[in-house]
Amino acid sequence: MGDVLQVKDANFEEEIVQSDIPAMVDFWAEWCGPCKTVGPVVEELAKEYQGKIKIAKMNVDENRETPAKFGIRNIPTIILFKDGKVAQTIVGAYPKSHLDGELKKLL
Amino acid sequence: MKELIIIGAGPAGLTAGLYAARARLETVLLERLAPGGQVMTTDRVENYPGFPDGVSGFELIDRMKRQAESFDLKIESTEVTSLELSPEKKVVITDKGRYECKSLILTTGATPMKIGIEGEALLTGKGISYCATCDGPFYRDQDVAVIGGGDTAIEEALFLTKFVKSVHVIHRRDALRATKLLQERAMAHEKIRFIWDSVPTRILGETGVEGVELKNVKTGEISQLPVEGVFVFIGYSPGNQLVKETLDLDSYGYVITNNDMETSIPGVFAAGDVRSKLLRQIVTAVGEGATAAFAAEKYIEGFK
Repeated sequence: MGDVLQVKDANFEEEIVQSDIPAMVDFWAEWCGPCKTVGPVVEELAKEYQGKIKIAKMNVDENRETPAKFGIRNIPTIILFKDGKVAQTIVGAYPKSHLDGELKKLL
Repeated sequence: MKELIIIGAGPAGLTAGLYAARARLETVLLERLAPGGQVMTTDRVENYPGFPDGVSGFELIDRMKRQAESFDLKIESTEVTSLELSPEKKVVITDKGRYECKSLILTTGATPMKIGIEGEALLTGKGISYCATCDGPFYRDQDVAVIGGGDTAIEEALFLTKFVKSVHVIHRRDALRATKLLQERAMAHEKIRFIWDSVPTRILGETGVEGVELKNVKTGEISQLPVEGVFVFIGYSPGNQLVKETLDLDSYGYVITNNDMETSIPGVFAAGDVRSKLLRQIVTAVGEGATAAFAAEKYIEGFK
């Protein structure tokens, strides 16, 4: 899955909630086809926003606690965080331009 | 100038790309996400010939992609934002730049339709789903509803039985449209129950789905069905956003073509689910993709 940071239940608080910069987490699973179509888009965005927005992925099959906490019942779901709080939730597979527009609002 | 641009990398686009690459047309296939399209939401494809044991949607697409790329097809991750189409000139405007081409094949597919009732938008992401293979595992041992009676609805209802306690299939008629084999499987399944002649009128719940309000279309009776998830498979909307104003469409918005897949603008072809036709399947999409590429080649040969 490229160079994108993989967060887990154990380090979600530290990596995302306490992040100094805004963050984006792509919740995905191996069984989810549409998640695979979003994967390369997330990788491109991670490169473009390096140092400005922390872009990460979380496997919902291996991590149950965090997805449950955010009430995730659809994947792909992308959650944007600012100052440790949810700024935006994007449910479904959207193209890069849409995600890019939402990320710009975080800066 | 490119010779051919194909927009959309589902089965139709990948097959058009395969044929175009083998015809040595200078081609680029543009896709806004990774290749796949709707097939990616299919757990098991059982009706594509050559796979007697079935094949996962993901594997089938991966094979189609690798096959096309083995003949040097170029696939680019780019979103097309608009098209300027005329018999003389075809311009594709994308988030990464502007391309001119001699011929264009539109394989932009279709997307699942929403019901358009109260509670649907509010509860999307909170118990409403349009993809059972993505979201089924979140509903372990719960009761869910499936709205629809076609192939996708019944396939997904059967898939959901792997996880859920029960599936209520809600259908507006008193008989299913789905393939007979799928009907037999669903009717025989102990976890599947049918609610006939009924349409959903409201999704119930504030912070998560708690049920569906139903109306019986024959008696007018209103009832409530308590469920924790609602899976919607009531049909598709064509991916016609780029060509709404320029190409001839049928009354549902699908692109009209002739037998050679040519649209109302010479040199512009359409194939797959976006096309106006009787049967929307992988097997028809690939045939049309091949025809479109061949017709585009003939068109380009005559290009001045």
